[in-house]
Amino acid sequence: MTQQLLKIRGLKIEGKSDEVWKPIVNGIDLDLKKGEVLGLIGESGAGKSTVGLATMGFTRDGCRISGGTVDFDGVDLVTASAAVKRNMLGKRIAYVAQSAAASFNPAHRLIDQHTEAPTQHRLRPKAESELDGMGLYHRLRLPDPDHIGFRYPHQVSGGQLQRAMTAMAMSCRPDLIIFDEPTTALDVTTQIEVLAAIRDIVEQFDTAAIYITHDLAVVAQMADRIKVLLRGDEVEEAETRAMLLAPREDYTKSLWAVRSFQRPAKPAVSTGVTPIVSLKNVSAAYGKSPVLFDVAFDIHAGRTVAVVGESGSGKSTTARCITGLLPPSQGHIEFNGEALPLDYRKRSKDQLRQVQMIYQMADTALNPRSSIGDIIGRPVQFYSGLTGSAKRKRVEELLAQIELEPEQYIDRLPSELSGGQKQRIGIARALAAEPQFIICDEVTSALDQLVAEGILKLLAQLQDDLGLSYMFITHDLATVRAISDEVVVMKDGRVVEQGPKAEMFQPPHHPYTDLLLSSVPEMDPDWLTNLLNGRGVDNIGDAAVGKM
Amino acid sequence: MGSIFQIILQRLALGVITLLIVSMVIFVAVNALPGDFAQAILGQGATDEAVAQIRADLGLDQNYFMRYFSWLGNVVTGNLGISFAQMNFASNMGGDQLVGVVEQIAPRFKATMFLAGVTAMFAVPISITLGVLAALYRNSIFDRAVNITTLSSISSPEFFLAYILILVLAVLNPIFPSLSNVYEGMALGEKLNRTMLPALTLTLVVTAHMMRMTRAAIINLLASPYIEMARLKGISPMRVIVRHALPNALAPIINVIALNLAYLITGVVVVEVVFVYPGIGQLFVDSVKIRDIPVVQACCLIFAAAYILLNLMADILSILSNPRLRHPK
Amino acid sequence: MSWLMNLIFLLIVAAVVAWVFRFAGQKITGNKPFFRDMPFAVAFGYVVGLLVLIGAVSYYFRPVEVNGVPAAGVIFFRWAVQGFIGFAIAAYLFRLFGRTVGTSGTRKLFRAMPLTAAFGVLVILIYALVSIFAGSIAPYGQEEIFANANIVPGGNPMMGGDPNFPLGTDQIGRDIYSRLIYGAQNTVGIAFATTCLAFFVGGSLGFLAAIVGGWLDQILSRAVDVLMAIPALIFALLLMTIASVWSNQLGIDRTIFMILIIAMIDSTRVYRLARAVGQNIVVMDYIEAAKLRGEGMGYLIFKEILPNATAPLLAEFGLRFCFVFLTIASLSFLGVGIQPPLADWGTMVKDLSQFINFAAFAPNVATAPLLAAGAIALLTVAVNFVVDWMLHKSSGLKD
Repeated sequence: MTQQLLKIRGLKIEGKSDEVWKPIVNGIDLDLKKGEVLGLIGESGAGKSTVGLATMGFTRDGCRISGGTVDFDGVDLVTASAAVKRNMLGKRIAYVAQSAAASFNPAHRLIDQHTEAPTQHRLRPKAESELDGMGLYHRLRLPDPDHIGFRYPHQVSGGQLQRAMTAMAMSCRPDLIIFDEPTTALDVTTQIEVLAAIRDIVEQFDTAAIYITHDLAVVAQMADRIKVLLRGDEVEEAETRAMLLAPREDYTKSLWAVRSFQRPAKPAVSTGVTPIVSLKNVSAAYGKSPVLFDVAFDIHAGRTVAVVGESGSGKSTTARCITGLLPPSQGHIEFNGEALPLDYRKRSKDQLRQVQMIYQMADTALNPRSSIGDIIGRPVQFYSGLTGSAKRKRVEELLAQIELEPEQYIDRLPSELSGGQKQRIGIARALAAEPQFIICDEVTSALDQLVAEGILKLLAQLQDDLGLSYMFITHDLATVRAISDEVVVMKDGRVVEQGPKAEMFQPPHHPYTDLLLSSVPEMDPDWLTNLLNGRGVDNIGDAAVGKM
Repeated sequence: MGSIFQIILQRLALGVITLLIVSMVIFVAVNALPGDFAQAILGQGATDEAVAQIRADLGLDQNYFMRYFSWLGNVVTGNLGISFAQMNFASNMGGDQLVGVVEQIAPRFKATMFLAGVTAMFAVPISITLGVLAALYRNSIFDRAVNITTLSSISSPEFFLAYILILVLAVLNPIFPSLSNVYEGMALGEKLNRTMLPALTLTLVVTAHMMRMTRAAIINLLASPYIEMARLKGISPMRVIVRHALPNALAPIINVIALNLAYLITGVVVVEVVFVYPGIGQLFVDSVKIRDIPVVQACCLIFAAAYILLNLMADILSILSNPRLRHPK
Repeated sequence: MSWLMNLIFLLIVAAVVAWVFRFAGQKITGNKPFFRDMPFAVAFGYVVGLLVLIGAVSYYFRPVEVNGVPAAGVIFFRWAVQGFIGFAIAAYLFRLFGRTVGTSGTRKLFRAMPLTAAFGVLVILIYALVSIFAGSIAPYGQEEIFANANIVPGGNPMMGGDPNFPLGTDQIGRDIYSRLIYGAQNTVGIAFATTCLAFFVGGSLGFLAAIVGGWLDQILSRAVDVLMAIPALIFALLLMTIASVWSNQLGIDRTIFMILIIAMIDSTRVYRLARAVGQNIVVMDYIEAAKLRGEGMGYLIFKEILPNATAPLLAEFGLRFCFVFLTIASLSFLGVGIQPPLADWGTMVKDLSQFINFAAFAPNVATAPLLAAGAIALLTVAVNFVVDWMLHKSSGLKD
């Protein structure tokens, strides 16, 4: 007989913006039994982290709980005194934050931070907690578990820190742990080892957990039940398998559908055609440290080449070489069969026009002091010399092309637009130059899934209409699957493997491609279990990368 | 990145080089003076022999390059020359008992250090306490009151604060003397009593700066995720401050203190003049007025050296308190 | 030391009262969170604040004269309180005025403005008006010397005043009121010109260093490092010594030298900021996009960088102005700044300072130097309040 652990009723939270209190969460109910894992999913602004913290009776500065109850094992944490809450936190409810690197105190060793909660809550002496900590480090498969605790946070890698933080949360054997996007900041190959560790330890100690994430596939591995939030309201809640098979609400269905967007593949390029862009054995270095080695691939007219790799693989550097911001130290780049000058300052206006770029962070890519009309109008005027009403007409055309109402947006500032709209303006600015080739640098990774899907569809549509070629830089394999024709896999500044998409998603692969592909979580709730059974717990994450 | 020892050595070397270049700047500035020092010292009615004599004494017959190095050499060996006022006196009245600039400055320097020391003793604890309190209770009435008060006292010229203090604590309520004529060999109690008003004036100015910077540093720190984590571990507020905030606040606070002690150097000049405190600032201003170049030059160098030293100390201490540098990978 | 004992006694009483206050609050309200979670320090703070308020009010209502002798302390305190309240009311009314009159943009600005900033804007406006129209506001010229020197302020002939000279005359017989007004023109005007010069030099070099980078940046930055290693006031005094000799020889006014020297010293600080701001903007993707488009340097600076640098630069302008203004006032106070016969506040404070010693029996007399010093403080406080608000606004911090 499992008993009720947490009962939230009508939880309302408000946040202060411009001196006015505005609702963030409008009345959420939530129940959790002992040992149960609830997945809390939603896009940014859904209020999932706020709810997670409120479960601990805590709000960030500038927020307040304005109504409802949070009943944890018979105590209402909303009205409880600070002393009562303190006695719960850490001991019975623990928290695992998104960024372990920022959430560990840089001035203390890991083990000292680990033992702090049990010592302060007078559960057991420090020496005992230390031994227990090492035990947990073992259990979580941290390297050198007996000594790693005596290091400082900056001496330990991100994935290891995240596991050490899970161990820290476990130090008092709490009844409930809140996981707040614990793997969002990690690479896929690292994510998987953290996921495995968390799931293992939560099962082992029969701890209840609330797992907050925006990633459906991840939550499918971790949670028994899933609750979907949208702008501070609950959309629906169901058992994980039931929810995955048959979501009830339209919003949930649309979230699920994102995963299935896939552009039909194009036929293979016939040999002998001159590619639009061709990298010929490009090597490059920042100062004296080399970052790219012998990179070579082609991008053909009207096609999309996805460049995939984890952080530090050199994919953005490749883009900088093509644009001429970082002239290669060796090799060269051909455009339509002609060699481009290596430095962008030596390229002609027309050469510059032909290669355009769309950036990851639309916030920093648009001048916050220029109106939308000016941002798009400038390249129109600069390259085609249009002015006055002709220019305005062209800008309106471009806005219509990116599916934004021209009259409504032309005079606005970027700060008045949403993230997805800003990214569309970035696209329009690139189109304004009427290029043949556009580099898309992680254009969807800062966006919510639904919005990202809209951007991908728009890019695909534009490609069909205008015959554009894309180089698509991404770390997300779902994006690769959705949009690419050819794939280039990079690791440590080298091309590991390249070929048409169909081939790349079929074995046999290069071992690194294989690792990368198999590390991407899938919507199947048994995916992680199967993977671990297949590969073995010691052959995931850093350990597996290390064997390459 | 090299070891922490190397980094500190680098900083030290940089400090020395800066000081050298500063000495060069001062030397060049002084030598940009038109005309002849000797003429300037002795006035229009001087005899040619006297002028020639002083020219030789000052080494004005050598070229700039040689003069800089001989001056630098003298500075390093503790010989800062002889003030024009003394020379003028000697050449007009005769006599050989010239008092060197070093002998002139030494007691003044001690007096100024005493004043700065007393100020620091008040200012550092008060401002750090106030800064931490304001950060903890931010946006409260207390924080706002402190904010307005300190902003006002930062904005006011030192002499305004000085006269307000004289008005309130010396004239209306005769608690402290308004003239700070301390001398060597005075009893410590009496000396403290007379130093109190200048020290309080400086404290007002420096505390305001230091308190605001401490507040900003602590607020910045309290917003960091690891403080939130500590609170979510159910640790008492006191322990959060002492164990989690303080070790990381050390570097910024040390920086704040050093910067403000450096700021004292500038403040001391005006305050010493208001209270007729016999410190190096007073001497400096007097020498500026009578264009006594060797003294001006020497004082300038001392001020700059103190300033550079304090900034260097701040730099080194904050390197030492950084765990990333103390425990390299 | 009896006052120290009294203070300690009072604090102990306050501690006890604070404890009782909190305890009573908890009992009466049935343990409402406000009292339940109140730390002792906060309760103590409330009680001390209340005690100070009571003390201030009772001091304010003490008689201004005891046995025919004026109680100078009470008089000064009343002036201070009246001045404070007067300014607060003026600022409030000004803000009210700003919220109802003007374009929708300015009305919105005034609605979000804290009282301190409204006070600052009001004072800056007044100073600007006074310094521009000094010639028509001041009753006499700044150099006009009258037969009666050392007339006491207050305009009461019984007390040694003269209604024609409401603030009295100085030691050589110049009208202090007129000189205060002209002081606004001279001191503020010179400080403003100096700041503009410093901004022009430091700002353009800073942006240039940020955009061009490389060796130009290295050379400029190292030079600035060295110049900043000498404390500003000390460096200014050293250079003024040298300038005083040059000015005699060249026949150029010393004030011109002062402007150049302070502008040079201050431009180093402006350079640092402009370079930092510029560098933050230069790394933005929209600058990269403009560069890749093939835009020239002029477009980059005027269309892309400057519009995004105005907010921090404007705030810095305020701070720099205060700094320059205080440096000039200090130099003048030390006797090496603005030279007579130009009226300026720093020199006036120096010349009139001995009158403060008469404050105990003739409060009127002491007002002259304090007014001059206060005029300096008031403007810098005002500018600082406005800058503080601007920084707060642009940082986007909600707390």
